[in-house]
Amino acid sequence: MKSFAVYDPGDFYDELVDSSGMPRPGARLLVEKIESLPEGDLTLRQKAAEAMLLKMGITFNVYGRDEGTEKIMPFDIIPRIVPGNEWKQIENGLKQRTFALNEFLQDIYNEKKILKDKVVPEDLIFTSRTYRKECEGFTPPRKIWCHVTGTDLVRDRDGRFYVLEDNLRCPSGVSYVLENRRVLKRTFPQVFEASHVRPVDDYPTKLLEMLEYLVPPHVQSPTIGVLTPGIYNSAYFEHSFLSQQMGVELVEGQDLVVAEGFVHMLTTKGLKRVDVLYRRIDDDFIDPEAFRPDSLLGVRGLVGVYKAGRLAMANAPGTGIADDKVIYAYVPKIISYYTGEDPILPNVPTYICRNDEDRAYVLAHLDQLVVKAANESGGYGMLVGPHAAEAERAAFAEKIKAEPRNYMAQPTISLSRVPTIVGDRLEGRHVDLRPYVLFGKDIYVQPGGLTRVALVKGSLVVNSSQGGGSKDTWVLKEI
Amino acid sequence: MLSRVANSIYWMCRYIERAENVARFINVNLNLLLDMPSEKGKHWEPLVMITGDQLLFEKHYRDFGQEAVMHFLTFDRNYPNSILACLAAARENGRSIREIISSEMWEHLNHFYLELADARGAALALEDPHRFFRIIQMRSHLFTGLMDCTMSHGEAWNFARIGMMIERADKTSRILDVKYFMLLPQADLVNTPMDNIQWTAVLKSASAFEMFRKQQHHITPRNVAEFLIFDSQFPRSIRHCVSKSQVCLHRIIGSSPGSAQNMAEKLVGRLKSELDYTDIDEVIQFGMHQYMDSLQKRLNQVDTAIGGTFFNLKPLVETSTAEQ
Repeated sequence: MKSFAVYDPGDFYDELVDSSGMPRPGARLLVEKIESLPEGDLTLRQKAAEAMLLKMGITFNVYGRDEGTEKIMPFDIIPRIVPGNEWKQIENGLKQRTFALNEFLQDIYNEKKILKDKVVPEDLIFTSRTYRKECEGFTPPRKIWCHVTGTDLVRDRDGRFYVLEDNLRCPSGVSYVLENRRVLKRTFPQVFEASHVRPVDDYPTKLLEMLEYLVPPHVQSPTIGVLTPGIYNSAYFEHSFLSQQMGVELVEGQDLVVAEGFVHMLTTKGLKRVDVLYRRIDDDFIDPEAFRPDSLLGVRGLVGVYKAGRLAMANAPGTGIADDKVIYAYVPKIISYYTGEDPILPNVPTYICRNDEDRAYVLAHLDQLVVKAANESGGYGMLVGPHAAEAERAAFAEKIKAEPRNYMAQPTISLSRVPTIVGDRLEGRHVDLRPYVLFGKDIYVQPGGLTRVALVKGSLVVNSSQGGGSKDTWVLKEI
Repeated sequence: MLSRVANSIYWMCRYIERAENVARFINVNLNLLLDMPSEKGKHWEPLVMITGDQLLFEKHYRDFGQEAVMHFLTFDRNYPNSILACLAAARENGRSIREIISSEMWEHLNHFYLELADARGAALALEDPHRFFRIIQMRSHLFTGLMDCTMSHGEAWNFARIGMMIERADKTSRILDVKYFMLLPQADLVNTPMDNIQWTAVLKSASAFEMFRKQQHHITPRNVAEFLIFDSQFPRSIRHCVSKSQVCLHRIIGSSPGSAQNMAEKLVGRLKSELDYTDIDEVIQFGMHQYMDSLQKRLNQVDTAIGGTFFNLKPLVETSTAEQ
């Protein structure tokens, strides 16, 4: 059976075929290859890829059960393909946006010019749960706050990319980009080679270079570490993978102590000073002395050492204010304010519930909108209006009225789709795209990123905690 | 290296070695019983005795039948020293140090565990137990081989070796202890007529039969014990294991043989010298069981000293942070 001959792109933007079902230019080789496979072969390749991921131990754990159930992160072997010229636009847009958000962070924790100029309302900043008063007056090494950013992009029916949200705290998923690629190279080796796909493998090297750039000047041979909450964290695989690929230490809070004004690791030969930490623990938990006193994951006194300039850290504490989902609505203005340019990548239109007019509109159109809480992630604290029951919408309306500052709403975007294996055929499933951006000596955007796919038919929620999976993302060389 | 990492790699290897030894005991017992069908009822209890966990067994199982003992030692997740529990623990340790060990080691260990935990594993154990336990042993060997060829022989590797050697020495002493007790209730009966098959089984439990034959021709309890305790070249003899642990320890610390800078080195050094300067007749005179018992205690002390020296570092931590 010819999979694509019967494939229906539907009334959506399809990443591989156009509305008449013909392959888009960059996808022609892949589509031809899939069409030439003998019956059942595609399913076999999918199974082989899953077996490979299981063997590599790229699994989520379900702990507390006898069987020790483990699942691989769902993965679909049909890649998403992004042509080189489209990517160029995304890359420039992300560089512009990351630069501006970093300026914004430096500004609001110091001079607060943007607030004085009333571009962003002052009270919005000070009422955000992720604003860190402890960071006021502080400038991190090299003036960089958001070293690692994962920006979620979506493509609407009109074929344009929009920024859906910014993640400037501890964005995860980049290890899946690298491992998905490893698997897919074995799944479609010839097509991969012939398609001129840009490599993603130098991400760990770029990450290491960025971390090295932060080393305090007095340090000769620095010790760099990845700080993880430990093996029970769902992203543990990634922490371990990145530290292995960079050849740096992987440390937990229990491995570190503060002594004589520095952070040290407990080693078999005594204490060893640590100079740079890529921390994958949220602000709240990183230091019981500075933030949440009940945290067992962090290191007492760590933030003090950091502020004294004796430890560099990526990302800096306090970056969460820039990915507050209400602040998000102001990012286009923030970009123009700091760069004097128009934003290259547009935002999704956003209604801010604290504005009376917007709120009235939102409450009257809940059945058409997606409502999000300011500081939730992973698909939680969210209402997808068109798919929600009447009772859910009513409950959400009450929440919005009770705490308008904490909510924003957006029209439901018809996320683009990619053909995905369902049983023995292909069906369109909605996707988003999370590219990873590193801010060191300069700003680097990994050519690719994580394509997350909502595996449930018709679903728009791509988060892995809500039934999402992933795909490899092929960014093609510009020819 | 990080203390936590050293601790994890040490235990990862101890657990794998432990799992392998349990598989080895069971397999030899199965072979032995083929030759002695009449003995079937009596021969499973000693396997539980070797582990030293009789009390736990009796709490959850009614009798020492083949099926009960095999299940207890192989698949019982509630028994921390069952093969499955050991592999689960080895794998959790491995997972926490994935960035230290090679991908080959991790992937093999992961696969090893997943296959064992799969229902097909349990089915094979019933259907073809010889093959099943043989596979476990071979996978353990493969792991050791991968560790040897794909991981740098640095500090982490040396900790791994020590874990493996201490565990192996302990298990060899337990095999000998139990078999001696079973086969020779009166320990002074040296060179009495004995059951050749059974002592061959003891040697096979330690994969030592063929190598023993090259050294000694007569299978006597004395000769078997001497070989398993004192042979300087056989890789499962207690002396060899202790000696290799000492070498690794010196490499980790960077000290020269014959010197000792910490408790771990002192205790290993003393144990090694004693094994160098004791012979089998003295052991028999002292009492085999007593001697094995004291060996096991001393191996435990070495383990504790390694923990105290390298793993459980408790520095004096300042309560005040850096000046701001």
